[in-house]
Amino acid sequence: MKIVVLVKQVPDSTEIRVDKATGTLIRAGVPSIINPDDLAGVEEALKLKETTGATVTIVSMGPPQASEMLKELYARGVDECVLITDRKFAGADTCATSSTLAAALDKLGYDLIIAGRQAIDGDTAQVGPQTAERLGIPQVTYVDEIKAVNGDTITVKKALEDCEQIIEAKLPVVLTTLSGMNNPRYMNCNDIVDSMNKEVTVWTFDDLGIDESKVGLAGSPTKVHSTFTKDVSADTETFTLPANETAKLIAQTLKEKQLITK
Amino acid sequence: MAKFEGYKDIYVFVEQKNGEIANVGYELISEARKLVASIPHMNYSVVGILLGHNIKDKAQDVIAHGADRVVVVDHELLKDYSTQFYADALTQVINEFKPDSLLTGATVLGRDLAPRVAARINAGLTADATKIEMDPEKQDEALLLVTRPTFGGNLFGTIICPDTRPQMATIRPNVFAMDAPDASRSGEVIEFQPDFKDTDAKVVVKEVIEKVIEGVDITKCDILVGAGRGAENCLDMVKAVAAELGGEMCCTRAVIDDGFADKELQVGQTGKTVRPSLYIACGISGACQHVAGMDKSDMIIAINRDPQAEIFSVSNMGFIGNVEEILPLLKDEIIAAKKA
Amino acid sequence: MDFELTKQQQMMKKLFAEFAEKEVKPLAADIDEEERFPKENVEKMVACKMMGIPFPREWGGAGADYLSYILAVEELSKVCATTGVVLSAHTSLGTTPIYMFGSDEQKKKYLPDLCSGKRLAAFGLTEPNAGTDAAGQQTTAVKDGDDYIINGNKIFITNAGAADVYIIFAMTDKSQGTRGISAFILERGTPGFTIGKHERKLGIRGSATSELIFNNVRIPKENLLGQEGKGFKIAMQTLDGGRIGIAAQALGIAQGAIDEAVTYVKARKQFGRAIAKFQNTQFQLADMQTKVDAARWLVYHAAMCKENGKPYTVPAAEAKLFAAEVAMEVTTKAVQLLGGYGYTRDLPVERMMRDAKITEIYEGTSEVQRMVISGAVLK
Repeated sequence: MKIVVLVKQVPDSTEIRVDKATGTLIRAGVPSIINPDDLAGVEEALKLKETTGATVTIVSMGPPQASEMLKELYARGVDECVLITDRKFAGADTCATSSTLAAALDKLGYDLIIAGRQAIDGDTAQVGPQTAERLGIPQVTYVDEIKAVNGDTITVKKALEDCEQIIEAKLPVVLTTLSGMNNPRYMNCNDIVDSMNKEVTVWTFDDLGIDESKVGLAGSPTKVHSTFTKDVSADTETFTLPANETAKLIAQTLKEKQLITK
Repeated sequence: MAKFEGYKDIYVFVEQKNGEIANVGYELISEARKLVASIPHMNYSVVGILLGHNIKDKAQDVIAHGADRVVVVDHELLKDYSTQFYADALTQVINEFKPDSLLTGATVLGRDLAPRVAARINAGLTADATKIEMDPEKQDEALLLVTRPTFGGNLFGTIICPDTRPQMATIRPNVFAMDAPDASRSGEVIEFQPDFKDTDAKVVVKEVIEKVIEGVDITKCDILVGAGRGAENCLDMVKAVAAELGGEMCCTRAVIDDGFADKELQVGQTGKTVRPSLYIACGISGACQHVAGMDKSDMIIAINRDPQAEIFSVSNMGFIGNVEEILPLLKDEIIAAKKA
Repeated sequence: MDFELTKQQQMMKKLFAEFAEKEVKPLAADIDEEERFPKENVEKMVACKMMGIPFPREWGGAGADYLSYILAVEELSKVCATTGVVLSAHTSLGTTPIYMFGSDEQKKKYLPDLCSGKRLAAFGLTEPNAGTDAAGQQTTAVKDGDDYIINGNKIFITNAGAADVYIIFAMTDKSQGTRGISAFILERGTPGFTIGKHERKLGIRGSATSELIFNNVRIPKENLLGQEGKGFKIAMQTLDGGRIGIAAQALGIAQGAIDEAVTYVKARKQFGRAIAKFQNTQFQLADMQTKVDAARWLVYHAAMCKENGKPYTVPAAEAKLFAAEVAMEVTTKAVQLLGGYGYTRDLPVERMMRDAKITEIYEGTSEVQRMVISGAVLK
C-alpha cells in the first residue's frame, strides 16, 4: 500500500503578534512548524507502515525552505518526500492548490491519501476535499481514528458535532485527520542520521504537466480584496474601583439592561 | 449588462438531520435577507436549498424564516448525509438554478460538502466567514465582500470572487443572528429531481455512536460567565455568579488545558463560537484565539487585574481588579438586586 | 576552526530540546520530590533511540557522533538533571567500556540490547574505602576453574537496581596494586549479587544511587572485560569519557537555571517595573551567560577531541572542572535573583542548585580534575 500524506509548513500561529503601531503581523522570528493536523496524518501513516508494511510518501507545496521541514519527516521515518515548488504556484487559493496537488498525486500514484483537516494559517479545511474531487475519489473528513485496513477497504471513525460514525471506504480514498487523534512521534536518532543521506525530491511547474491557467493566482477564483488586523474598539469604558463598588456597578448595569431576572 | 448571464439571487444550503433543520441555515437566511435588502435595485431573492428524504413539509419552515423560495430535493439516497450523493445533487441544483451566491454553514457537514462542490464547478469558496457584505462599488455585480479570520484570528482577510459564479462561502454557526420566524410568510416551493449517474455508495456509514453531551450546550446560552487563567482559583465562584444570572460558565483554552474544565466548555477558535446577550469575562487576558469565539456577544463585561489586558479592547465595560475579590461581592449584589 | 554544529547535530539538538521540554520537564519536580527513578522518561528515550547515540549501527547504536550524545545530556539536564545522569551513566560508563574493550562475543551479546535501551547499564568502581583513590579496591575476584568468584561491595552506584548490566571492578591480584585490578560484566539476577541501601541525597534525587553487594558471586570467565589486570586502565579511560557527560550535565543545569531566571525577571515587578529593567539583574545575567557559554565551548571541544580520536583526558578534566563550578555559581545566583520564590520548591531553581553540587563531586571531584590538569601543565 502506498500512502501519500499532504503536509504544509505553517507559521506557529500561537506565536504571532500584531504590531499595534502599523497594524501588521509580526512574522519575523515566528517559528515555522509542521501543521498539527497534518502531523497527526503523518503519525497515522507511520503506524500503518509499522502494521501493514505500507510505504509513506510526503507531498508538500511551498517555498524551497520547506525542504527543511521535510528532512524532519525523514527523521521520523517516512520513506520519500516530494516538494512542489515554483513561483508560478504563488498566490494559489484552495482551488488552485488542489489542482496542483492532484497533478502531483497522479504522477506519484497512491492507494491512500491522508491530509490534515485544516492548516492553522488559513483554517479553510478545503484542500483535502477539493483534492479528492480533482482526483475523482471519495473522501472522509474529520477522521479521529483509523481502525483497520482490510484489502481495499479502510475503516475509520469520523468525529461529528453530536456523534461519531464508523465508516468503511474503498481505497483509494482521501482522509482528513484531526490533530487530537494521536501523539505524533518525535524524530529519532537513527532516522536523523539516515536523513542526512536522503534528498527531498523537488518538482516544479514543468514536472507536473498541468495547465498554467489552473495554478497560482490565475487558477484561483478567490482573490484577496484587502487584509486588516482587528481594530481596537475605542468605546470601552474602563473603571478602577474598589471591589465592592465594582460589584455594585456591574449589578446595577445588568439590572438596567434587564439582564437580572427574578 | 450582466457580467454573469443567468446568475441571480442568494441561495442558502439548509442543513438538516433526520428532518430537523439546524439553526445555522436560518441564521444564514436572516443574513441573506439583509444582503438582498442592501441592493434593492437588483431585485434579488433569498432561496433555500433543502436536501433529504421526506422533508418537503419542512420547506414552509424555511420560508417562515425568511426564504422567498425553497428548492427541495427529495430522494431516498439523500436520507442521510453522504458526500457523494449530496455533492452530486447540490451541483445539479447549482447548474440548474444558477445562484449568484451560495452560503453554507461551516459545520462538519458543510465543510465536507461545500469544498467538494466548489472544486467540481470551479467556483470560489471562502471558509469560515465572520462578516459578509455587498461591495458598495460593485452593486450591479452583487459582489460579496467576505471577511474571515486567518493566522489564528490575528489577521482578517476580505475575500472576493470577481470572475466566477456562484460566489460560495461557509459561515460558522452563531456568527449571524437568527430572526424570529414569521409563519404567515408565503413563498414558492420548487421540487427538483436529481439524476444520480452512479448510485453505488463508495463510502458507507456502518455505525453511529451518539455522543452523550454532558452538561450544557454553551452555544445556546443567553448569559455566559467566562473563566480565564486568572480565575482558575475561583471557578466555583464563577459558576455561582453564572447560576445567579441564569447562565453558565465557559472557559478559555488555557483553563481546559490546565485540566480545570471540560473541552465542551471551551470558547474560541479551537472551541465554540458563542453570542450570548451577556458575556462576563473573568481573568481572561483576551488572546485573539478566545476573542474570536465571543466578540459577537451583545454585551461584554471584563474583569482583569492587568490594565493592559487585550480583553478590555473588545469589552463594553472593563473593570481593573481581582476577580477573586469581586465575584463573591458581585454574587451578593445580584442576589440583592433580584430581591429589590 | 568551525564553531557551528553540523546539520545532523542541529537536528539532534532540536529533537532533544523538544523532547526535554514536552516530556521531561513536566515530571521533573515530582521525580525530585518523590525521589523516584524516572522510568517513564527512559521508556520514551528508548522510543526516540537515544540510548545508544554514539555507537555504530552494526552494534545497534544510532551511528551518530559523541557530541550528539553530549547535546542529549545537556538538553535533558536543562530541565531534569536526574534524567541527564541516567543517560550519561548508561552511555558513557556502562555501555562504552563494552564497546571499547569488549570481545566480539561480548559486544554481540550486550551492545544491541544496551544501545536499543532494552537493557540499562551501570558502572561500579567506588567503594567505601576507594573513592578518589580508586586503587584501594577491596572487592576481589578469585579464579575458580572456568569461573571467577566475586566478593565485596560498591557504593554510590548510579542506576543501581534500575540497570540490568553492570561493569564492575575487582582485585584479581592484590600484590600488583592498580595492575591487579580487572573489569567484569555482571548481570542483574546473578546469584549472590544484591542491591544494598538506597542513598538519600541532596540533589539528583530521582537517580537511583545504591550499594552493590557481592557475596560469592560466580560468573564465567567470558565475563572478564579486557585482560586480567587491565581494569584500572579501563576504568580511567571510561571515566575520561564519562566526565564529558557530567560536564554536559553541569552545563545543562546552568543554562536551565538561566532560562528560568530570565522568565522570572521579565515577569516579576518591583518598584513599578520588571526586575529585568534593573542593572543589577542585567549584569548578573550577563556574567552568568558568559560563563555558561565559556563552559559550553570547553565541553563541546572535549567531545570533539574524543570523537576525532585525539587525546581527551585533559580537555575532559578541564570541561568538567569548569562546567561544574559554573553550574554551582550560576544556580546559586539564579536562586538569589528569584529571591524568596527562588528558595521555595514551587520554582525549579532551588532544585537546580541542589542538583549542581554533585557535578563537582562524582566521576572525579574538582580536586581530581585539578590534579589531572596540573599534571599536564607541569609535565
